[in-house]
Amino acid sequence: MAEENKIFQVKIITPDRVFYSGEATMIEFNTTEGQIGVYKHHIPTTTVLAPGVVTITNEEEVLRAAVHAGFAEILGDQVTLLAEIAEWPDEIDEKRAEAAKERAEERIAVKNAATDLIRAEYALRKALVRIEIKQ
Amino acid sequence: MASMRDIKRRKSSISSTQQITKAMKLVSTVKLQKAKVRAEQSNPYFESMYSTVVSMLGRSETVNHPYLNGGASGKKAVIVITSNRGLAGGYNSNVVKLITEGELKKEELDIYAIGSKGFEALSNKGYHIEYQNSDMIETPTYAGALTLSQQLLGAYKNGEIGEIYLAYTHFKNTVSHEPKLIKLLPIDLGDAELSEEEKKVQMNYEPNEEEALDQIIPKYITSLLYGALVEAAASENGARMQAMDSATSNAEDMISDLSLKYNRARQGSITQELTEIIAGASAIS
Repeated sequence: MAEENKIFQVKIITPDRVFYSGEATMIEFNTTEGQIGVYKHHIPTTTVLAPGVVTITNEEEVLRAAVHAGFAEILGDQVTLLAEIAEWPDEIDEKRAEAAKERAEERIAVKNAATDLIRAEYALRKALVRIEIKQ
Repeated sequence: MASMRDIKRRKSSISSTQQITKAMKLVSTVKLQKAKVRAEQSNPYFESMYSTVVSMLGRSETVNHPYLNGGASGKKAVIVITSNRGLAGGYNSNVVKLITEGELKKEELDIYAIGSKGFEALSNKGYHIEYQNSDMIETPTYAGALTLSQQLLGAYKNGEIGEIYLAYTHFKNTVSHEPKLIKLLPIDLGDAELSEEEKKVQMNYEPNEEEALDQIIPKYITSLLYGALVEAAASENGARMQAMDSATSNAEDMISDLSLKYNRARQGSITQELTEIIAGASAIS
């Protein structure tokens, strides 16, 4: 297959802006069912995103971004990620993420009836993704 | 004819009002620019959200899901988005009219009022207000929309409400805004049709169709709400800008009318004085 045939369109859209729009040869992201990687001519799929790192590979560079919650629509030659929050590494405040991680861990450790465990775990995962992408 | 002093006083009062309306117009112009940019930026998200949901539901006609069937309760929730401040022409009353003059029955409604103007108008008319928030419209955030949509969906799932509507002002462009009442849940596809090409694509869902719908529809509702908030904020400033613009030009007209009257009165008083002097002088000689 010729080189240019591997390229497909990637769009990451958040409520505030069009986060990324461009070409890619591969995109990897995290779904509720686990990590997946997508090449061109993937079978059409709609899937729910989990907090994680999105890696966009195109011919010149590899881009990484943190994406939390949303869903992805995969068509043969186009992938659209509708994310509630998406951030580039340089937009993340590492100290804040660390603090959020500690807070969430504390909340999970205490485990009294008042804490919303699901929310705390979700916050922890978000913080961990932010820290991971910073490194 | 009114005395010169009365006319003068009237004129200066109108011109100070004009200064206020002029300043308000400038302020809302600036705010409009900001709100417009926000509305435009959030539009792609909303558009692709809408097309995804339409294509999902269009392909999966057999899916049986509470979000598509309607709740058991006869109660209807209506989210009413208005502004916190007046002086925006018919902006607020047009939205309120959608509810008071629409087909919805008063007894069945639970009002979720965003913005204090709509809250005041509807609670005066005796509507049941379930929820009120006036901060959300000042700075629309996605997180705010999320909180509200979670509350609504919770009530929907518990069977407290059977249908959810949204009343807001759609921002077409700077000069044209349209009050709109749309049905959020159960989802009404209406006339949205899939093209032949789209129908051919066999979509897969992960985890499965129902769980994916479960996740995506709340996000769809939230994005609609957020979109409505942002558009309403833009419409509000647009409406205020127009209202203040016409107020300023009306003041201009009144001032020029009063200037004419003032000059006539001045002329009249001079003529009268002259006549009196001449009459006095001829009486002496």
